[in-house]
Amino acid sequence: MTIAPPAVRSAPPAASSGARSGSVSWMAWPALVAFTIFGIIPLFGVLVLSFSSWSGLTQDIPFTGLDSWKSVLSDPGLPHALWITFLIMALSWLAQTPLSILIGVFIAAHKRYRGVLAVLFFIPLLLSQAAIAITYKMLLDPNFGLGAGLGWGFLQQDWLGESKLAVGVVIFVVSWQWIPFHSLIYQGGVRQIPTSMYEAAEIDGAGRVRKFFSITLPQLKYTIITSSTLMVVGSLTFFDLIWVLTAGGPGDATRALAVDMYQRGFRSALMGPASVIAVILVLLGLGLALLVRRLGGRDAAESQLEGI
Amino acid sequence: MKRRNFLSLSAGAAAATGLAACGNSGPADTSGGGSGGADAASYWFLSGPPGEPIRQGAVDRFNKAGSGNQVKVTTFQNDTYKDKLKTALGAGQAPTIIWGWGGGGLKSYVQNGQVDDLTDWFAQNAAVKDRLFKSSFGPATVDGKIYAMPAETVQPIIMLYNKEVFEKCGVQNPPQTWSELMSILPKFNDKGVAPFSLAGQSRWTNMMWLEFLFDRIGGPEVFNNAYDGQKDAWSNPAAIEGLTKIQELINAKGFVKGFSSVTADSNADQALLYRGKAAMELHGSWSYGIIKADGGNFIKDGKLGYFNFPAVDGGKGDPSNTVGNAGQYLSIYSKASEKQKETAKKFFASLLDDTEQQGWIESGGVPIVQGSNAKLASSPDKDFLNFIYDVSSKAGNFAQSWDQALSPTAAETLLDNISKLFQLQISPQQFATNMNAVIGK
Repeated sequence: MTIAPPAVRSAPPAASSGARSGSVSWMAWPALVAFTIFGIIPLFGVLVLSFSSWSGLTQDIPFTGLDSWKSVLSDPGLPHALWITFLIMALSWLAQTPLSILIGVFIAAHKRYRGVLAVLFFIPLLLSQAAIAITYKMLLDPNFGLGAGLGWGFLQQDWLGESKLAVGVVIFVVSWQWIPFHSLIYQGGVRQIPTSMYEAAEIDGAGRVRKFFSITLPQLKYTIITSSTLMVVGSLTFFDLIWVLTAGGPGDATRALAVDMYQRGFRSALMGPASVIAVILVLLGLGLALLVRRLGGRDAAESQLEGI
Repeated sequence: MKRRNFLSLSAGAAAATGLAACGNSGPADTSGGGSGGADAASYWFLSGPPGEPIRQGAVDRFNKAGSGNQVKVTTFQNDTYKDKLKTALGAGQAPTIIWGWGGGGLKSYVQNGQVDDLTDWFAQNAAVKDRLFKSSFGPATVDGKIYAMPAETVQPIIMLYNKEVFEKCGVQNPPQTWSELMSILPKFNDKGVAPFSLAGQSRWTNMMWLEFLFDRIGGPEVFNNAYDGQKDAWSNPAAIEGLTKIQELINAKGFVKGFSSVTADSNADQALLYRGKAAMELHGSWSYGIIKADGGNFIKDGKLGYFNFPAVDGGKGDPSNTVGNAGQYLSIYSKASEKQKETAKKFFASLLDDTEQQGWIESGGVPIVQGSNAKLASSPDKDFLNFIYDVSSKAGNFAQSWDQALSPTAAETLLDNISKLFQLQISPQQFATNMNAVIGK
């Protein structure tokens, strides 16, 4: 690639940014108010509850200091739930990202049959998680499912009854549902790449694969960061799918943090420890989101199109 | 809690009946939920056939009786009910009449002062008390005081078997002892039939096996010691023997392949039985209604057999003992108004009249009324119902389900460890250690 001359970063005109954004800042108020009421305040509520031993039944809440924190942090269930959460997070990221990029690039081209396929790919995203989970649960049933019905041996596994298979199934179903969404993000990303870049590469004699690795992939850097943030942070909240599919089982093989939180709070009537896990989830989510942004470079606002 | 799902054979129909039933509420009713304000006593219960129309009928007859007292109904689906009630209790908005399962759940309401003590009321109204099964008061009693009105039907846990499969596999009679049970397993497995169906993902289904094994080996005190908070009660040799026996059964391929991903909510476990993929199943008496509804001609053709859980050789427990739901329970919310409480008590006294008993019998249940077997003769299901009446009324001890008896915290730990035990993830000793840690919690 040619070396671009140092970019001249012209500071944005002070007048336009200062005065105008000041006058329209009220537009952020409705969203901010809603977020404060439904996001920030409950968050503090959970933080407060994490210092209690509330059963969820009484109207007065007994505060017991750090008891809940101690009981959760010393519980061997917590490292296990963390491990399962990160396992599902990592493996589902590994499964989703390459496939989403490939499909995204594929459907980004302006050809009619690809447009039709794009619509078909999109279907899983329209289904509710609970419905997807119930459907897969039935299809994978060892006695009445697809394997038993078709008589195909390799399908007749105890998919949700064996620990490793169950984790695999969860990752598969998550990927099946979310790949279309991320493909859509990548499709948008690919369409943003100026065609002049590809034309220049063609003149230089670059082939299809070379163009993909030298132009498309680097240009998608920020799209990858966005999509990865969504995947990583989103995977912390996987609950409904796992709950319907395996209920955290078999044993505790698929008990991720969110499932663990529900079981403690609503099954064991231990709202204190459940709130502790909720706080841990929030901190993890924030930490991971920051980390993924950091991995993408110091200045996320930096332009990818310098020199063009 | 999901075992009561025999009530939701068809959730869609449930919603429809629920709406239809709302049409005849009295003029005194206001639309608001909870118990505040209106004089009408509010009453929440589970929707879905067969229970909902019968419960609604009892309310309608009471409301029409013209005493001026009204009961106002709101129905919920099984799975949402417990959470909804919990939220309502936490917010001080619970209904006057709380429908429930007694046991540990009731105990937690009692400890938080949320339900009224009915002991004196039952003493004054001995007729109301004496006509019901004595065993039904067990789960309604906390520290010697009665906090709930037993209602509806008795549902013991029983063994069901497929007669056709037994014939095919050359097994003459259902097993009478544990060693006999273990010895016939290969006969079924050789023919490609699972000896026992089990909805293992639901966990409480696995628990029923342990309830019986503990009782047959060491008698009711094995669990009662744990319930009473005795130290290391789960390490009792009888408990360890029971836990070991269940793992032996799992290792001998006693349960259907993939049992740990089968759920009771989908009724797949009963389907395995009536489709001939499994020979036997340990389940609640409500399975009969499910099989009758879903199993085609299975019952009509006389293919369904039933027996009580076999004795364990050398065990101390009385083989007539049983476990299950000794009834359903109605409590009175302590924050309801005096007028509402009065109405609720009058309503309690009107329950299980002849029409309601008949309704339960037609649905395949046995009402918890002494002598209700006299009404069974005209039922097409009389053989089964008489069996249930005999099991329930002759039981030396009618234990309630462990997860109902224990506090929610201990119950969840129990179910969690049971699921690991059945996965062979933990040994009987580890199970005992884990459970000993939550005794009294």
